[in-house]
Amino acid sequence: MLIPCPWCGDREDIEFKYGGSAQVAYPADPASADDATWARFLFYRPNPRGKMAERWVHTAGCRRWFNLVRDTVTHEITPP
Amino acid sequence: MAEPHPHPNRLWRNPEPKRVYDVVIVGGGGHGLATAYYLARNHGISDVAVLERGWLAGGNMARNTTVIRSNYLRDESADIYEHSLKLWESLSQELDYDILFSQRGVLSLVHSLGDRRESMRRVYANRLNGIDAEWLTPEEVKAFCPIVNISPDVRYPVIGGTLQRRGGIAKHDYVAWAFARKADEMGVDLIQNCEVTGFDVEGDRVRGVHTNRGLIAANKVALCAAGHSTVLAEMIGLDLPIQSHPLQALVSELLEPVLNCVVLSSAVHVYVSQAHKGELVMGAGIDPYNSYAQRGSPQVIEYQLAAACELFPIFSRAHVLRTWAGIVDVSPDASPILGLTPIENLFINCGWGTGGFKATPGAGWVYAHTIASGAPHPLNAPFALERFTTGALIDEHGAAAVAH
Repeated sequence: MLIPCPWCGDREDIEFKYGGSAQVAYPADPASADDATWARFLFYRPNPRGKMAERWVHTAGCRRWFNLVRDTVTHEITPP
Repeated sequence: MAEPHPHPNRLWRNPEPKRVYDVVIVGGGGHGLATAYYLARNHGISDVAVLERGWLAGGNMARNTTVIRSNYLRDESADIYEHSLKLWESLSQELDYDILFSQRGVLSLVHSLGDRRESMRRVYANRLNGIDAEWLTPEEVKAFCPIVNISPDVRYPVIGGTLQRRGGIAKHDYVAWAFARKADEMGVDLIQNCEVTGFDVEGDRVRGVHTNRGLIAANKVALCAAGHSTVLAEMIGLDLPIQSHPLQALVSELLEPVLNCVVLSSAVHVYVSQAHKGELVMGAGIDPYNSYAQRGSPQVIEYQLAAACELFPIFSRAHVLRTWAGIVDVSPDASPILGLTPIENLFINCGWGTGGFKATPGAGWVYAHTIASGAPHPLNAPFALERFTTGALIDEHGAAAVAH
Protein backbone atom coordinates (compact mmCIF):
# COMPACT_ATOMS: atom_id res chain seq x y z
CA MET A 1 0.00 0.00 0.00
CA LEU A 2 1.42 3.39 -1.02
CA ILE A 3 0.61 6.21 1.39
CA PRO A 4 0.89 9.81 0.22
CA CYS A 5 2.80 11.73 2.89
CA PRO A 6 1.90 15.40 2.36
CA TRP A 7 5.56 16.34 2.77
CA CYS A 8 7.52 13.36 1.35
CA GLY A 9 5.18 12.03 -1.34
CA ASP A 10 4.15 8.41 -1.95
CA ARG A 11 5.92 5.93 0.32
CA GLU A 12 5.27 2.31 1.24
CA ASP A 13 3.12 1.73 4.32
CA ILE A 14 6.05 0.07 6.10
CA GLU A 15 7.44 3.59 6.69
CA PHE A 16 4.35 4.68 8.62
CA LYS A 17 2.61 4.00 11.89
CA TYR A 18 -1.16 3.94 12.06
CA GLY A 19 -2.96 6.35 14.35
CA GLY A 20 -6.51 5.06 13.97
CA SER A 21 -9.59 7.16 13.46
CA ALA A 22 -9.18 10.90 12.90
CA GLN A 23 -11.22 13.62 14.56
CA VAL A 24 -11.73 11.97 17.93
CA ALA A 25 -12.79 14.85 20.14
CA TYR A 26 -11.83 15.08 23.81
CA PRO A 27 -14.94 15.49 26.01
CA ALA A 28 -15.85 19.18 25.91
CA ASP A 29 -16.44 19.44 29.65
CA PRO A 30 -14.26 16.68 31.17
CA ALA A 31 -15.10 17.54 34.79
CA SER A 32 -18.77 16.79 34.27
CA ALA A 33 -18.43 13.92 31.76
CA ASP A 34 -20.09 10.72 32.98
CA ASP A 35 -18.78 7.16 32.61
CA ALA A 36 -20.66 6.60 29.37
CA THR A 37 -19.07 9.70 27.85
CA TRP A 38 -15.60 8.55 28.89
CA ALA A 39 -16.30 5.06 27.56
CA ARG A 40 -17.20 6.53 24.18
CA PHE A 41 -14.07 8.68 24.12
CA LEU A 42 -11.72 5.90 25.23
CA PHE A 43 -13.04 2.80 23.54
CA TYR A 44 -15.52 3.56 20.77
CA ARG A 45 -14.19 4.45 17.31
CA PRO A 46 -15.69 4.47 13.83
CA ASN A 47 -15.08 1.16 12.05
CA PRO A 48 -16.68 1.77 8.64
CA ARG A 49 -16.71 -0.65 5.76
CA GLY A 50 -15.84 2.00 3.18
CA LYS A 51 -14.31 5.44 3.48
CA MET A 52 -12.52 6.09 6.76
CA ALA A 53 -10.87 9.32 7.97
CA GLU A 54 -7.72 8.32 9.77
CA ARG A 55 -4.35 9.43 11.17
CA TRP A 56 -0.91 8.28 10.06
CA VAL A 57 2.59 9.30 11.12
CA HIS A 58 5.58 9.04 8.81
CA THR A 59 7.85 7.43 11.43
CA ALA A 60 10.64 6.43 9.02
CA GLY A 61 10.57 9.76 7.20
CA CYS A 62 9.59 13.26 8.27
CA ARG A 63 7.88 12.00 11.46
CA ARG A 64 4.93 14.27 10.94
CA TRP A 65 1.30 13.37 11.55
CA PHE A 66 -1.38 13.86 8.91
CA ASN A 67 -4.93 12.82 8.05
CA LEU A 68 -6.18 11.00 5.01
CA VAL A 69 -9.31 9.21 3.83
CA ARG A 70 -8.84 5.55 2.92
CA ASP A 71 -11.41 3.05 1.73
CA THR A 72 -11.25 0.03 4.06
CA VAL A 73 -12.41 -2.32 1.32
CA THR A 74 -10.29 -1.22 -1.66
CA HIS A 75 -7.51 0.58 0.29
CA GLU A 76 -7.91 3.46 -2.15
CA ILE A 77 -6.66 6.70 -0.62
CA THR A 78 -8.16 10.12 -1.27
CA PRO A 79 -6.75 13.34 0.21
CA PRO A 80 -8.72 14.74 3.16
CA MET B 1 -11.67 -41.03 18.60
CA ALA B 2 -14.68 -41.87 16.43
CA GLU B 3 -14.16 -44.33 13.59
CA PRO B 4 -13.83 -42.62 10.21
CA HIS B 5 -17.16 -43.14 8.53
CA PRO B 6 -17.99 -43.07 4.84
CA HIS B 7 -18.62 -39.47 3.91
CA PRO B 8 -22.17 -38.81 2.72
CA ASN B 9 -22.79 -36.50 -0.20
CA ARG B 10 -24.72 -34.04 1.94
CA LEU B 11 -24.10 -33.25 5.61
CA TRP B 12 -27.04 -30.91 5.98
CA ARG B 13 -30.23 -29.92 4.20
CA ASN B 14 -30.31 -26.70 2.25
CA PRO B 15 -33.73 -25.43 3.32
CA GLU B 16 -35.70 -22.41 2.22
CA PRO B 17 -36.02 -20.00 5.13
CA LYS B 18 -39.29 -20.13 7.06
CA ARG B 19 -41.05 -16.82 7.79
CA VAL B 20 -40.70 -17.16 11.57
CA TYR B 21 -38.18 -18.70 13.94
CA ASP B 22 -37.74 -18.76 17.67
CA VAL B 23 -34.06 -17.82 17.30
CA VAL B 24 -32.20 -16.37 14.32
CA ILE B 25 -28.40 -16.50 14.46
CA VAL B 26 -26.68 -14.09 12.08
CA GLY B 27 -23.41 -15.58 10.89
CA GLY B 28 -22.77 -19.21 9.92
CA GLY B 29 -19.20 -19.53 11.06
CA GLY B 30 -17.85 -21.79 13.77
CA HIS B 31 -19.40 -19.83 16.62
CA GLY B 32 -22.80 -19.51 14.94
CA LEU B 33 -22.96 -23.22 14.17
CA ALA B 34 -21.78 -24.21 17.66
CA THR B 35 -24.37 -21.86 19.19
CA ALA B 36 -27.14 -23.44 17.12
CA TYR B 37 -25.98 -26.92 18.11
CA TYR B 38 -25.92 -26.15 21.84
CA LEU B 39 -29.27 -24.33 21.66
CA ALA B 40 -30.78 -27.57 20.40
CA ARG B 41 -28.72 -29.94 22.53
CA ASN B 42 -28.66 -28.16 25.89
CA HIS B 43 -31.86 -26.14 25.78
CA GLY B 44 -34.19 -28.06 23.47
CA ILE B 45 -34.53 -25.02 21.20
CA SER B 46 -34.35 -26.23 17.62
CA ASP B 47 -36.64 -23.73 15.94
CA VAL B 48 -33.47 -21.94 14.94
CA ALA B 49 -32.10 -20.50 11.70
CA VAL B 50 -28.45 -19.77 11.07
CA LEU B 51 -28.23 -17.11 8.35
CA GLU B 52 -25.02 -16.98 6.39
CA ARG B 53 -24.22 -14.39 3.73
CA GLY B 54 -21.85 -16.72 1.85
CA TRP B 55 -21.27 -20.39 2.52
CA LEU B 56 -21.00 -22.01 5.95
CA ALA B 57 -17.70 -21.45 7.75
CA GLY B 58 -16.15 -19.61 4.82
CA GLY B 59 -14.90 -16.57 6.74
CA ASN B 60 -12.43 -16.67 9.59
CA MET B 61 -13.34 -20.29 10.29
CA ALA B 62 -11.73 -21.19 6.96
CA ARG B 63 -8.77 -18.86 7.45
CA ASN B 64 -7.48 -19.35 10.98
CA THR B 65 -4.44 -21.31 12.10
CA THR B 66 -6.45 -23.64 14.38
CA VAL B 67 -4.42 -23.18 17.57
CA ILE B 68 -6.28 -24.40 20.66
CA ARG B 69 -5.12 -23.58 24.18
CA SER B 70 -6.49 -22.17 27.44
CA ASN B 71 -3.44 -20.68 29.17
CA TYR B 72 -4.79 -17.14 29.53
CA LEU B 73 -3.76 -14.86 32.37
CA ARG B 74 -6.97 -13.55 33.90
CA ASP B 75 -9.37 -15.69 35.91
CA GLU B 76 -12.32 -14.78 33.68
CA SER B 77 -10.45 -15.77 30.52
CA ALA B 78 -8.96 -18.88 32.03
CA ASP B 79 -12.44 -20.07 33.00
CA ILE B 80 -14.09 -19.58 29.60
CA TYR B 81 -11.16 -20.87 27.52
CA GLU B 82 -10.65 -23.86 29.81
CA HIS B 83 -14.35 -24.67 29.54
CA SER B 84 -13.85 -24.62 25.80
CA LEU B 85 -10.74 -26.80 25.93
CA LYS B 86 -12.59 -29.38 28.02
CA LEU B 87 -15.34 -29.46 25.38
CA TRP B 88 -12.71 -29.91 22.64
CA GLU B 89 -11.38 -32.95 24.48
CA SER B 90 -14.57 -34.90 23.87
CA LEU B 91 -15.88 -33.09 20.79
CA SER B 92 -15.14 -35.85 18.27
CA GLN B 93 -17.24 -38.31 20.27
CA GLU B 94 -19.88 -35.69 21.04
CA LEU B 95 -20.37 -34.83 17.38
CA ASP B 96 -19.61 -38.33 16.07
CA TYR B 97 -17.08 -36.91 13.65
CA ASP B 98 -13.31 -37.16 13.78
CA ILE B 99 -12.29 -33.50 13.89
CA LEU B 100 -8.58 -34.46 14.12
CA PHE B 101 -8.18 -32.80 17.50
CA SER B 102 -4.55 -33.32 18.41
CA GLN B 103 -3.23 -32.32 21.85
CA ARG B 104 0.35 -32.07 20.70
CA GLY B 105 1.27 -29.24 23.08
CA VAL B 106 1.49 -25.48 22.63
CA LEU B 107 4.96 -24.11 23.31
CA SER B 108 5.31 -20.34 23.83
CA LEU B 109 8.87 -19.14 23.44
CA VAL B 110 10.41 -16.47 25.63
CA HIS B 111 13.13 -14.13 24.36
CA SER B 112 13.68 -11.46 27.02
CA LEU B 113 13.80 -11.09 30.80
CA GLY B 114 10.61 -9.07 30.83
CA ASP B 115 8.96 -11.77 28.74
CA ARG B 116 10.25 -14.38 31.19
CA ARG B 117 8.76 -12.64 34.22
CA GLU B 118 5.39 -12.29 32.51
CA SER B 119 5.44 -15.87 31.26
CA MET B 120 6.26 -17.31 34.69
CA ARG B 121 3.51 -15.17 36.18
CA ARG B 122 1.17 -16.67 33.60
CA VAL B 123 2.33 -20.23 34.42
CA TYR B 124 1.56 -19.67 38.13
CA ALA B 125 -1.76 -17.97 37.35
CA ASN B 126 -2.72 -20.89 35.10
CA ARG B 127 -1.87 -23.45 37.78
CA LEU B 128 -3.95 -21.60 40.35
CA ASN B 129 -6.82 -21.83 37.87
CA GLY B 130 -6.33 -25.58 37.40
CA ILE B 131 -4.85 -25.23 33.92
CA ASP B 132 -1.78 -27.26 33.00
CA ALA B 133 1.25 -25.03 32.50
CA GLU B 134 4.97 -25.66 32.65
CA TRP B 135 8.06 -23.51 32.49
CA LEU B 136 10.81 -24.93 30.27
CA THR B 137 14.48 -24.05 30.18
CA PRO B 138 16.05 -23.63 26.73
CA GLU B 139 17.38 -27.20 26.95
CA GLU B 140 13.92 -28.46 27.85
CA VAL B 141 12.49 -26.46 24.94
CA LYS B 142 14.99 -28.20 22.67
CA ALA B 143 14.13 -31.61 24.13
CA PHE B 144 10.41 -31.02 23.57
CA CYS B 145 10.76 -29.51 20.11
CA PRO B 146 14.12 -30.58 18.64
CA ILE B 147 14.08 -28.29 15.60
CA VAL B 148 13.95 -25.05 17.60
CA ASN B 149 17.21 -23.12 17.41
CA ILE B 150 18.29 -22.29 20.99
CA SER B 151 21.66 -20.87 20.00
CA PRO B 152 22.54 -17.67 21.87
CA ASP B 153 23.92 -16.22 18.63
CA VAL B 154 20.62 -15.09 17.13
CA ARG B 155 18.88 -11.72 17.25
CA TYR B 156 16.31 -12.87 19.80
CA PRO B 157 17.72 -15.93 21.58
CA VAL B 158 15.33 -18.41 23.19
CA ILE B 159 15.79 -18.10 26.95
CA GLY B 160 12.95 -20.39 27.91
CA GLY B 161 9.36 -21.23 27.15
CA THR B 162 6.00 -22.13 28.58
CA LEU B 163 4.19 -25.29 27.62
CA GLN B 164 0.55 -26.28 27.75
CA ARG B 165 0.61 -29.97 26.88
CA ARG B 166 -3.18 -30.17 26.52
CA GLY B 167 -3.13 -27.48 23.82
CA GLY B 168 -3.02 -28.38 20.15
CA ILE B 169 -4.84 -28.10 16.86
CA ALA B 170 -7.96 -29.44 15.11
CA LYS B 171 -9.16 -29.58 11.53
CA HIS B 172 -11.21 -26.40 11.22
CA ASP B 173 -13.46 -27.46 8.33
CA TYR B 174 -14.36 -30.72 10.06
CA VAL B 175 -15.27 -28.82 13.22
CA ALA B 176 -17.68 -26.60 11.30
CA TRP B 177 -19.14 -29.49 9.32
CA ALA B 178 -19.56 -31.61 12.45
CA PHE B 179 -21.47 -28.87 14.28
CA ALA B 180 -23.50 -28.10 11.15
CA ARG B 181 -24.48 -31.73 10.58
CA LYS B 182 -25.59 -32.30 14.17
CA ALA B 183 -27.45 -28.98 14.38
CA ASP B 184 -29.22 -29.80 11.12
CA GLU B 185 -30.16 -33.27 12.40
CA MET B 186 -31.83 -31.66 15.40
CA GLY B 187 -33.93 -29.41 13.16
CA VAL B 188 -31.87 -26.24 12.85
CA ASP B 189 -32.18 -24.57 9.43
CA LEU B 190 -28.79 -23.64 8.00
CA ILE B 191 -29.49 -21.00 5.36
CA GLN B 192 -26.66 -19.98 3.08
CA ASN B 193 -26.56 -17.08 0.62
CA CYS B 194 -28.83 -15.20 2.96
CA GLU B 195 -27.53 -11.74 3.76
CA VAL B 196 -29.00 -9.65 6.53
CA THR B 197 -29.74 -6.17 5.20
CA GLY B 198 -31.54 -4.67 8.19
CA PHE B 199 -33.52 -5.32 11.33
CA ASP B 200 -37.20 -5.24 12.14
CA VAL B 201 -37.43 -3.17 15.30
CA GLU B 202 -40.38 -2.11 17.43
CA GLY B 203 -39.44 0.43 20.08
CA ASP B 204 -36.25 -0.88 21.62
CA ARG B 205 -37.09 -4.48 20.80
CA VAL B 206 -35.91 -6.48 17.79
CA ARG B 207 -38.56 -8.60 16.04
CA GLY B 208 -36.69 -10.05 13.11
CA VAL B 209 -34.26 -9.44 10.29
CA HIS B 210 -34.60 -8.19 6.74
CA THR B 211 -32.62 -10.32 4.31
CA ASN B 212 -32.05 -10.62 0.59
CA ARG B 213 -34.56 -13.48 0.85
CA GLY B 214 -37.24 -11.49 2.63
CA LEU B 215 -38.26 -10.66 6.16
CA ILE B 216 -37.59 -13.37 8.75
CA ALA B 217 -39.29 -12.82 12.08
CA ALA B 218 -37.71 -14.07 15.29
CA ASN B 219 -38.30 -13.97 19.01
CA LYS B 220 -34.57 -13.56 19.49
CA VAL B 221 -31.75 -12.44 17.22
CA ALA B 222 -28.15 -13.41 17.97
CA LEU B 223 -25.30 -11.64 16.18
CA CYS B 224 -22.25 -13.76 15.48
CA ALA B 225 -20.44 -12.05 12.62
CA ALA B 226 -16.84 -11.58 13.82
CA GLY B 227 -15.08 -9.01 11.60
CA HIS B 228 -18.34 -7.62 10.27
CA SER B 229 -20.02 -7.20 13.66
CA THR B 230 -19.94 -3.41 13.61
CA VAL B 231 -21.38 -3.32 10.09
CA LEU B 232 -24.34 -5.39 11.27
CA ALA B 233 -24.75 -3.60 14.60
CA GLU B 234 -24.76 -0.24 12.86
CA MET B 235 -27.90 -1.30 10.98
CA ILE B 236 -29.75 -1.40 14.28
CA GLY B 237 -28.03 1.62 15.83
CA LEU B 238 -25.89 -0.39 18.23
CA ASP B 239 -22.33 0.88 18.71
CA LEU B 240 -19.60 -1.64 19.48
CA PRO B 241 -16.04 -0.88 20.63
CA ILE B 242 -14.64 -3.05 17.86
CA GLN B 243 -12.04 -2.36 15.18
CA SER B 244 -11.70 -4.70 12.18
CA HIS B 245 -8.19 -5.61 11.07
CA PRO B 246 -6.67 -8.05 8.60
CA LEU B 247 -4.91 -11.05 10.13
CA GLN B 248 -2.65 -12.85 7.72
CA ALA B 249 -1.65 -16.50 7.60
CA LEU B 250 0.23 -18.71 5.19
CA VAL B 251 1.06 -22.33 4.41
CA SER B 252 4.09 -24.06 2.95
CA GLU B 253 3.97 -26.95 0.53
CA LEU B 254 3.36 -30.40 2.04
CA LEU B 255 6.39 -31.61 3.97
CA GLU B 256 7.31 -34.72 5.89
CA PRO B 257 6.57 -34.48 9.60
CA VAL B 258 9.18 -32.10 11.05
CA LEU B 259 7.30 -30.15 13.71
CA ASN B 260 5.69 -32.09 16.57
CA CYS B 261 3.90 -29.28 18.40
CA VAL B 262 2.52 -25.75 18.10
CA VAL B 263 5.14 -23.05 18.64
CA LEU B 264 4.23 -19.44 19.42
CA SER B 265 6.55 -16.52 19.82
CA SER B 266 4.90 -13.24 20.72
CA ALA B 267 8.20 -11.36 20.77
CA VAL B 268 9.17 -12.15 17.19
CA HIS B 269 5.57 -12.30 15.95
CA VAL B 270 5.19 -15.78 14.55
CA TYR B 271 3.27 -18.92 15.36
CA VAL B 272 3.55 -22.19 13.53
CA SER B 273 2.29 -25.76 13.51
CA GLN B 274 2.31 -28.55 10.98
CA ALA B 275 -1.10 -29.62 9.74
CA HIS B 276 -2.04 -33.28 9.53
CA LYS B 277 -1.67 -33.16 5.76
CA GLY B 278 1.91 -31.88 6.09
CA GLU B 279 1.90 -28.17 5.35
CA LEU B 280 3.46 -25.75 7.81
CA VAL B 281 0.76 -23.32 8.92
CA MET B 282 1.99 -19.93 10.11
CA GLY B 283 0.45 -16.75 11.36
CA ALA B 284 1.66 -13.40 12.61
CA GLY B 285 0.19 -10.31 14.23
CA ILE B 286 -2.62 -8.27 12.78
CA ASP B 287 -1.96 -5.61 10.18
CA PRO B 288 -2.12 -2.29 12.02
CA TYR B 289 -4.79 -0.53 9.95
CA ASN B 290 -8.55 -1.07 9.81
CA SER B 291 -9.61 -3.09 6.80
CA TYR B 292 -12.31 -5.33 5.40
CA ALA B 293 -10.25 -6.29 2.35
CA GLN B 294 -9.17 -9.80 3.46
CA ARG B 295 -5.61 -9.00 2.42
CA GLY B 296 -2.67 -7.45 4.23
CA SER B 297 0.73 -5.90 3.68
CA PRO B 298 3.63 -8.05 2.43
CA GLN B 299 6.11 -6.90 5.08
CA VAL B 300 4.07 -8.68 7.76
CA ILE B 301 4.65 -11.94 5.88
CA GLU B 302 8.32 -11.08 5.37
CA TYR B 303 8.92 -10.42 9.08
CA GLN B 304 7.15 -13.56 10.22
CA LEU B 305 9.12 -15.70 7.75
CA ALA B 306 12.40 -14.09 8.84
CA ALA B 307 11.53 -14.88 12.45
CA ALA B 308 10.47 -18.42 11.55
CA CYS B 309 13.68 -19.13 9.65
CA GLU B 310 15.80 -17.91 12.55
CA LEU B 311 13.88 -20.00 15.08
CA PHE B 312 13.71 -23.01 12.75
CA PRO B 313 16.71 -23.08 10.39
CA ILE B 314 15.28 -26.27 8.88
CA PHE B 315 12.46 -24.18 7.35
CA SER B 316 14.81 -22.09 5.24
CA ARG B 317 14.25 -24.10 2.06
CA ALA B 318 10.51 -24.53 2.45
CA HIS B 319 8.34 -22.56 0.07
CA VAL B 320 5.35 -20.39 0.75
CA LEU B 321 2.49 -21.95 -1.15
CA ARG B 322 -0.34 -19.58 -0.29
CA THR B 323 -1.03 -16.55 1.88
CA TRP B 324 -4.37 -15.06 2.82
CA ALA B 325 -6.05 -12.86 5.42
CA GLY B 326 -9.20 -12.88 7.49
CA ILE B 327 -10.91 -9.89 9.08
CA VAL B 328 -10.70 -10.04 12.84
CA ASP B 329 -12.78 -8.06 15.33
CA VAL B 330 -10.42 -6.54 17.86
CA SER B 331 -11.76 -5.21 21.16
CA PRO B 332 -9.97 -2.65 23.37
CA ASP B 333 -8.93 -5.21 26.01
CA ALA B 334 -8.30 -8.15 23.62
CA SER B 335 -11.21 -10.03 25.21
CA PRO B 336 -14.52 -10.99 23.66
CA ILE B 337 -17.88 -9.29 24.06
CA LEU B 338 -20.55 -11.88 24.73
CA GLY B 339 -23.94 -11.19 26.20
CA LEU B 340 -26.98 -8.97 26.12
CA THR B 341 -27.34 -5.64 24.34
CA PRO B 342 -29.35 -2.50 25.17
CA ILE B 343 -31.84 -3.73 22.53
CA GLU B 344 -34.29 -6.26 23.87
CA ASN B 345 -34.03 -9.78 22.40
CA LEU B 346 -30.80 -8.88 20.58
CA PHE B 347 -27.65 -10.70 21.66
CA ILE B 348 -24.04 -10.13 20.72
CA ASN B 349 -21.00 -12.38 20.39
CA CYS B 350 -17.93 -10.65 18.96
CA GLY B 351 -14.52 -9.25 19.79
CA TRP B 352 -12.70 -12.58 19.78
CA GLY B 353 -10.07 -10.92 17.63
CA THR B 354 -7.33 -13.27 16.56
CA GLY B 355 -8.34 -16.13 18.85
CA GLY B 356 -11.93 -17.15 18.22
CA PHE B 357 -11.32 -20.62 16.83
CA LYS B 358 -10.15 -22.14 20.12
CA ALA B 359 -13.29 -20.82 21.78
CA THR B 360 -15.71 -22.32 19.23
CA PRO B 361 -17.37 -24.93 21.48
CA GLY B 362 -17.09 -22.87 24.67
CA ALA B 363 -18.48 -19.71 23.12
CA GLY B 364 -21.30 -21.67 21.49
CA TRP B 365 -22.13 -23.26 24.84
CA VAL B 366 -22.38 -20.02 26.85
CA TYR B 367 -23.95 -18.01 24.00
CA ALA B 368 -26.68 -20.64 23.68
CA HIS B 369 -27.27 -20.38 27.43
CA THR B 370 -27.43 -16.57 27.22
CA ILE B 371 -29.91 -16.68 24.33
CA ALA B 372 -32.08 -19.41 25.85
CA SER B 373 -32.33 -17.94 29.34
CA GLY B 374 -32.09 -14.25 28.46
CA ALA B 375 -29.28 -13.86 31.01
CA PRO B 376 -25.56 -14.52 30.76
CA HIS B 377 -24.00 -17.81 31.80
CA PRO B 378 -21.61 -17.26 34.78
CA LEU B 379 -18.70 -17.87 32.40
CA ASN B 380 -19.59 -15.02 30.05
CA ALA B 381 -21.08 -12.58 32.58
CA PRO B 382 -17.72 -10.74 32.93
CA PHE B 383 -17.56 -10.33 29.13
CA ALA B 384 -20.58 -8.03 28.91
CA LEU B 385 -20.59 -4.92 26.74
CA GLU B 386 -21.04 -2.76 29.88
CA ARG B 387 -17.48 -3.42 31.02
CA PHE B 388 -16.24 -0.61 28.80
CA THR B 389 -18.40 1.79 30.78
CA THR B 390 -17.81 0.31 34.25
CA GLY B 391 -14.09 -0.05 33.60
CA ALA B 392 -13.99 -3.74 34.57
CA LEU B 393 -11.81 -4.63 31.59
CA ILE B 394 -10.27 -8.08 31.12
CA ASP B 395 -6.86 -7.15 29.81
CA GLU B 396 -5.46 -10.06 27.83
CA HIS B 397 -3.06 -8.18 25.57
CA GLY B 398 -0.13 -10.05 27.07
CA ALA B 399 -1.65 -13.47 26.59
CA ALA B 400 -3.53 -12.74 23.44
CA ALA B 401 -2.50 -9.81 21.31
CA VAL B 402 -0.12 -11.43 18.86
CA ALA B 403 -0.21 -15.16 19.25
CA HIS B 404 -3.81 -15.80 20.15
